[in-house]
Amino acid sequence: MNFKEKLERGDFVITAEMAPPKGIDFNHIKECARALKGRVDAVNVTDFQSAVVRASSLGGAKILLDEGLEPIMQITGRDRNRIAIQGELLSAAALGIQNVLALTGDHPSIGDHPEARGVFDMDSVNILQAATKLMNGYDMNGHELSGAPQFFLGASVTPLYDPLELQIIKIKKKIQAGAKFFQTQAVFDIKIIKDFMKRVENLNIKVLVGVIPLKSAGMAKYMNKNVPGICVPDEIIDRMQKAQDKTKEGLTIAAEFIQQIREEKICDGVHVMAIGAEENVATLLDMCGF
Amino acid sequence: MIISKQKPFEEILNFLEDKQNIFITGCSLCATSCMTGGKQQIDEMKERLEQSGKTVTGSTVLDPSCHKLQVRASLKKCKAELEGADAVLCMACGDGAQTVASVVKIPVYPANDTLFIGEIERIGQFYEACKACGQCELGWTAGVCPITKCAKSLLNGPCGGAKNGKCEVNVENDCAWILIYNKLKEQDLLDTLLEIKDPKDYSKAANPRKLVVGR
Repeated sequence: MNFKEKLERGDFVITAEMAPPKGIDFNHIKECARALKGRVDAVNVTDFQSAVVRASSLGGAKILLDEGLEPIMQITGRDRNRIAIQGELLSAAALGIQNVLALTGDHPSIGDHPEARGVFDMDSVNILQAATKLMNGYDMNGHELSGAPQFFLGASVTPLYDPLELQIIKIKKKIQAGAKFFQTQAVFDIKIIKDFMKRVENLNIKVLVGVIPLKSAGMAKYMNKNVPGICVPDEIIDRMQKAQDKTKEGLTIAAEFIQQIREEKICDGVHVMAIGAEENVATLLDMCGF
Repeated sequence: MIISKQKPFEEILNFLEDKQNIFITGCSLCATSCMTGGKQQIDEMKERLEQSGKTVTGSTVLDPSCHKLQVRASLKKCKAELEGADAVLCMACGDGAQTVASVVKIPVYPANDTLFIGEIERIGQFYEACKACGQCELGWTAGVCPITKCAKSLLNGPCGGAKNGKCEVNVENDCAWILIYNKLKEQDLLDTLLEIKDPKDYSKAANPRKLVVGR
């Protein structure tokens, strides 16, 4: 049973996230993939995450597929216009990639090529629209395709956002454009995700809450200061500060959060973003009893 | 208004390296308001060029520098000064410089960098407001342009990158989408935002554009 079927059946699903390497050495990502094989339902492959040059998400997704994992190919509107996005989606489908997560993309100014021209020909909603049109056998301008792709489309959402109503409006558009599942920005405070789920209750959407295992108190403080939509509560920062083994404590905090999400059926699953420490994801799953 | 900024003087001198006799043009409209091409800035430029060993054969504030017929007529009156010059230094926007270049035979160099179409909030403070996208969106965005004021020119609402109402690309800027939301909410027009906007037709902004109005 694949990611889509499990989610639709109501299983609690787990996804992880991996970034393709900056270079052509895929050994690390392959090792991490092997450690997660059969343990997660799908793995997101980021698309030039943080506007940094790397191997592409299509390449990464294909390599994960060959390793026996189910990829969720992320695709942003930052680097490709509507012609390239449609072409990338068709190539992905032809290579056997079924899950696509549509994102607007970080601005080039935060990446390692800040002089680059941001494309943003299409935003996340438009990418979903385009993918849906392709699934119906036509390109965006209504030209017929020789063979239509089948995708399971997803999108992202930031539950901690002021005004939240503006995010809800965008979720509604994403649903209308074809999004079937949502993965959230990392959440550390159970109240935030509970409040958010209450707000989207009547939308009947599948939500995988984002989890980032902390590596240090400094990391938490850095994210609080610099990453929009992330708020690590003080008590968690305290725990990280007091812990001897920071990595273990970060994983413990994440495991407790995941267990509460599952036990109280708050969301449909979790999305673990290990940001460079993918080797710890298997340990986290052990701790959760998965 | 076309907002411009004077280039570093070294860059200007670099253009004029092999030129001795310079004629300076300014512009009565935008460049005067931007303090990059009015009478005063021309006088200052003349002084600096002379201090650098150049000869300024003459100058004029074109009214305006983007009006070809006016430019031709005005420069005719400066015939002698222009004939004695090896180059023109144009203190206008990029459009103004091109108009002058199309009228004179000697090389024309820009003294300014042309930055954007924007507004003067107060003297010396200019803010970009319009990208000249070819199809105005202001009618449904409560008068705030998402093409210009959103760093990603998003049409279907904000990205997740605002913090305290500010844009993550530049925290000095308000998130355009939060501004739009707040204004539409005040006007009880929030439902407008639920409509999906198709990708913009960028063929309307394919350059070079032209407009010929029938009479």
